[in-house]
Amino acid sequence: MSIFVDERTRVVYQGLTGSQGRFYGLRNRDYGTNVVAGTNPKKAGTDVDGIPVFASVKEAVAETGANASCVFIPAPGVSDAVLESAEGGVEIVVVITEGVPAHDEAYFFNRLRREYPGVRLLGPNCPGIISPGKCNIGITAGEIAMGGGPVGIVSRSGTLTYQALHEMTQQGIGQTTCVGIGGDPVPGTSFIDTLAAFEADPDTGAVIMIGEIGGSAEEEAAEFMKQQMSKPVVAYIAGLTAPPGKKMGHAGAIISGSKGTAAAKIEALESAGCLIAQNPSEIGTIMAGVVAEL
Amino acid sequence: MDLLEYQGKQLFAQYDIPVSPGRAVFTVQEAVEAADQIGYPVVLKAQVHMGGRGKAGGIQLAENADEVRDHAVNILGMDIKGHVVETLWIERASDIAEEYYASFTLDRSAKLHLGMLSARGGVDIEQVAAEEPDAIARLQVDPVDGLSEQVAREWVERAELDPAATEGTVEVLLKLYRAYVDGDADLVEINPLIVTTDGRVHALDAKVTLDDNAAFRHEWSEYEATQERDEREAAAHAKGLQYVGLDGYVGIIANGAGLAMSTVDIVSQVGGQPANFLDIGGGANADVMANALEVINNDADVKSIFINIFGGITKGEEVANGIVQALGRVEIRSPIVIRLDGTNAEQGRAILAEHESDRLVSQPTMIDAARKAVELAGASR
Repeated sequence: MSIFVDERTRVVYQGLTGSQGRFYGLRNRDYGTNVVAGTNPKKAGTDVDGIPVFASVKEAVAETGANASCVFIPAPGVSDAVLESAEGGVEIVVVITEGVPAHDEAYFFNRLRREYPGVRLLGPNCPGIISPGKCNIGITAGEIAMGGGPVGIVSRSGTLTYQALHEMTQQGIGQTTCVGIGGDPVPGTSFIDTLAAFEADPDTGAVIMIGEIGGSAEEEAAEFMKQQMSKPVVAYIAGLTAPPGKKMGHAGAIISGSKGTAAAKIEALESAGCLIAQNPSEIGTIMAGVVAEL
Repeated sequence: MDLLEYQGKQLFAQYDIPVSPGRAVFTVQEAVEAADQIGYPVVLKAQVHMGGRGKAGGIQLAENADEVRDHAVNILGMDIKGHVVETLWIERASDIAEEYYASFTLDRSAKLHLGMLSARGGVDIEQVAAEEPDAIARLQVDPVDGLSEQVAREWVERAELDPAATEGTVEVLLKLYRAYVDGDADLVEINPLIVTTDGRVHALDAKVTLDDNAAFRHEWSEYEATQERDEREAAAHAKGLQYVGLDGYVGIIANGAGLAMSTVDIVSQVGGQPANFLDIGGGANADVMANALEVINNDADVKSIFINIFGGITKGEEVANGIVQALGRVEIRSPIVIRLDGTNAEQGRAILAEHESDRLVSQPTMIDAARKAVELAGASR
């Protein structure tokens, strides 16, 4: 099995007619993803390399049975695009676009939380999600992934996610699903959401978690692991030696306290029983040991 | 993007938040003219992107033109924790009865906005927060609902301010929330928010951080012009590269922020000192690589360069060709170590192998590459 997306996922691309949307939409289709539609109100009725373009997500869902959307719309239009997807009736909205204003993210996240609690938002500013061999939505190079499990991956960083996939594949270890949650202030899907899904997935035996400095999402994930996670987790945190940045006035210090540094995150994850990789290569060797014991 | 105090106050004024009349000046003469015009007593405040100005002597009260001149001479050019004061804000002095604290920022855990209000404002607010968390009244605001007058009033009552200041504080908080949301700020903070002896509620300071991602819907070029960047950062910024200057001697180029951060870490872990963080973004074509190499090359402290690229969609051989082309365009002072991994890494390494020398070394893993880069830096130091 896999989490969030699989061979039954049918994806509509918002922004398929733009250069990025077209490039990645067609790549995703080549990988085997069911790329069923695109949207562009000005180009409804046309197609992109045989993929039909509709005026709205709602129409695309009605005509093609799409149950997922992928957003490649430029940042100013992302808020409307996400709400359109949720309203259109898809189950998961994957937002690749970077540079979305934080106030927009906070707004549409809360609109979804309230009005469309069944819709999963992934991103913005994320590489997407891949269940190898089944479905690849976003900008991950499918060829570095390998299906079959037993490892699930969740990450805040783009290239480090690819590195982790690559390390596993090089070791001959398959992946169930690799989820890039993105590094923005209001990620639609959190570490905890993803860890809970991996915990519930019978085919996932162990999890790689890649975090970064800033915020307290890793500390919250560690707290979750202590209470509700039985599967082994190998964690890597980037930014251990990053110089302390300009803090955000007093408010930042008041909220985060000592949280947010790589050292604090590593300590929290260690106390939750995670195995800590000191560098990206160690993710592979440590996980190989874990998988051998499964 | 952090605003200077006076820019924050100008922003507040646009949202009708009461601030003292004042002017930003750059010379001693202008300071005296501004003070004469504003009326005495005045306060002179150093404008730098750094807290602790008062303790450093960057905030002074002046009763007359002579005192303004003396203080302005002292403060202009003053070094406050590495920041040289170029701008002074002169404003009418206030008669302070109470000092409160008010702010809005994002609560990333709750994914809601967070307002904080305290009757114990002033320089020790962080200590108050740490020692007596109950002295700060917090309020979560759902961005879909916004902040209503009724909720604001209940919040102010919870903060146990001077009851006479309730109405004035509610008004300021509603306006501050609007400045925060409509102004696309990551943070708005007033510390202190004062009550004057004649009962007016008033922002005596302004700390504003704007969300760079929202620049497309604002006119922020004036703020952009006063951002402090070191020369290396300014040069990289002009080329659209994500660059942070550090104090070491191993220049770093990587694709992706996470990988770049990770590269800085690993260089430190093997005993080296990174000269910078430089993220060239997802792909790694010859143009971007040449720009990055130029930026690194202009840093006189750099003794070796570590290029760390993970090829995803941009395949190993394309990355390798890009690097080789870029090297042909830029005359590099320092030895280079390349670690190329990912899609078609083998093919990429084969291309690099044709160009290898004691100045250009390819290593298969991050840790080996980091060790090699540090070793080569040592040899040329």
